[in-house]
Amino acid sequence: MGTILLVAEQAAGHLKKATLQALGAAQKIGGTIEAVLIGAGAGTSAQELATYVSKVHVVEGAGFEHALAETHSAAAAAAAKACNATEVVIAATAYGKDIAPRIAAKLGAGVASDVLAVVSPSQFKRAMWAGNAIAIVEITTAVKVVSVRATEFAVAQKAASLGTVQPFAVQAPVAKTRFVEFNEVKSTRPELTEASAVVSGGRGTKGDFKPIEQLADVLNAAVGASRAVVDAGWQPNDMQVGQTGKVVAPKLYIAAGISGAIQHLAGMKGAKTIVAINKDADAPIFQVADYGLVADLFKALPELSEEIKKVKG
Amino acid sequence: MKILVTVKRVEDWESKIKVRPDQSWIITEGVNYRANPFDEIGVEEALRLRDANAPSEVVVVSIGPAAAGAEIRSGLAMGADRGILVKHDGFLDSDAVARILVKIVEKEKPDLVVMGKQAVDVDDNVCGQLLAEYLGYGQVTFASKKESLESPEEKGKKAGLKLSADKKSLQCAREVDGGLEVLEVSLPAIVTVDLRLNVPRYASLPNIMKAKKKTIEELLPAALGVDIAPKVKVVKVEPPPLRTAGIKVPDVAALVKKLHEEAKVV
Ligand SMILES: Cc1cc2nc3c(=O)[nH]c(=O)nc-3n(C[C@H](O)[C@H](O)[C@H](O)COP(=O)(O)OP(=O)(O)OC[C@H]3O[C@@H](n4cnc5c(N)ncnc54)[C@H](O)[C@@H]3O)c2cc1C
Ligand SMILES: Nc1ncnc2c1ncn2[C@@H]1O[C@H](COP(=O)(O)O)[C@@H](O)[C@H]1O
Repeated sequence: MGTILLVAEQAAGHLKKATLQALGAAQKIGGTIEAVLIGAGAGTSAQELATYVSKVHVVEGAGFEHALAETHSAAAAAAAKACNATEVVIAATAYGKDIAPRIAAKLGAGVASDVLAVVSPSQFKRAMWAGNAIAIVEITTAVKVVSVRATEFAVAQKAASLGTVQPFAVQAPVAKTRFVEFNEVKSTRPELTEASAVVSGGRGTKGDFKPIEQLADVLNAAVGASRAVVDAGWQPNDMQVGQTGKVVAPKLYIAAGISGAIQHLAGMKGAKTIVAINKDADAPIFQVADYGLVADLFKALPELSEEIKKVKG
Repeated sequence: MKILVTVKRVEDWESKIKVRPDQSWIITEGVNYRANPFDEIGVEEALRLRDANAPSEVVVVSIGPAAAGAEIRSGLAMGADRGILVKHDGFLDSDAVARILVKIVEKEKPDLVVMGKQAVDVDDNVCGQLLAEYLGYGQVTFASKKESLESPEEKGKKAGLKLSADKKSLQCAREVDGGLEVLEVSLPAIVTVDLRLNVPRYASLPNIMKAKKKTIEELLPAALGVDIAPKVKVVKVEPPPLRTAGIKVPDVAALVKKLHEEAKVV
């Protein structure tokens, strides 16, 4: 069996949890796993990554500071060639989705995106039609590139021994894209895809997210939103849950004022316990909810916050 | 400026999609088809850019069955200038589509290719990135804008893609984890659009009439010299795991009791 190259993701020296879940998927494929970390801060996060894999290739320096698809895919593909990788695995985050196809094209590889399960080293499950069908796809090329829906995989086990960290020398190609700025959505809450509880609001909030945020505070939850909310500009795009937003799989998902369109369900059906609060008893969200409450969210959510505080003591 | 926009014919997202009993594909009988919603946003963006930068041309390209002429026609009815249909019946993987598009780009030499972020049938989200790599172009994926879809900018039909004064590059915001990133890309380039870039226009009746007279050139993958053997093939499709409705609780107190004692999540 060939080597698997994990393309890891980090920001300012912090390894993304999704990378460790993608590593979990790589371990399911089976084989020797090496990793590559690219960009400013890669050296710092490489130490942590070395507790999981045998070898970490670090690419830093000019041309790689920003996560530009052209330069980062070039480094990843070069690393894949250097370690004779037969599989390249990456988390299907915004970063992974941006660069995985370019890595594949450079390697003449087929790419399966956003995979939910590893069937065999060449076959993978992935959702189509907003999750209305689960396809088993087969990559027919010798080298295979897979982006992984992180929430479907457990965080990888640490390795028995510490791996080596070594610089990987590669020249950044002259990029045709230039980083201009990053408008960060600052939040002190847990990240949506990592939180164990998520409280999401829909159009039913009419843009008032205070009751959602209060409940999220009580639960130490992340805050999510439906597309209607994001389109209206009530909340940043980063919070959209669904087929074309983020896919979450928390222990508890509370949907308030969300009707339950299939495109929304595609992003949260994997939650362990789903609670729906909606004033329309026929809202489709109730068809997937473990516990449904037909109520006005502006009345129910503050009450819920208070009651949960009580049981938490 | 010449802008190429890709439009895929897909199952209507409002149709009920069910897996066939033999698990070979989905049931297509009785399903409506229309343009991929992301691609409608792509057409809208291309039209805004064209109209702000005359003289310009917008060419709609689709790869699919003869019936996909209808989706090209709907792009023409929105205001695009002409169409290209690369005819193929049956499944094509996104890589084959990208390699066909390489040939179209070489033939048409557009300054910009606007594509959807993902086709809502296969939900791949790879085609634009593949095309960019095959062509050696820069890419801006998940193009968005800072202003909301209910903002004055959007009401004024301003393009989210900002062309530089010398028309050699453009700037655009894109949706990434944790916020919006702004990139500048040299032309020619590939842009894939996200839902929050614009609200696509409806075709007016006069424009629907005019679209009937616009030309659609027809091509075949083989004539373009593209090997369409898939790199990723669909072995089978299964129905998704079923999630069944639970119970309705009468009030908040009952809900908290369930969450605490039964689900043990609070
Ligand atoms: C290509 C495509 C991709 C899409 N991707 C996504 C996606 O990723 N994520 C996503 O969410 N959507 C997505 N959508 C949109 C989706 O189809 C729905 O339009 C959207 O999810 C609706 O959002 P909503 O439930 O907030 O609004 P609505 O459907 O308007 O529902 C509002 C709900 O709030 C309830 N309500 C109103 N007032 C109150 C109150 N005071 N108390 C309690 N309940 C109240 C109403 O009964 C109603 O059920 C996509 C659509 C397309 C075409
Ligand atoms: N058969 C096709 N015809 C035209 N455009 C396509 C086709 N397949 C994919 N595309 C374009 O590529 C985008 C991304 O598709 P995908 O990567 O397949 O999810 C779509 O939004 C379309 O713009």
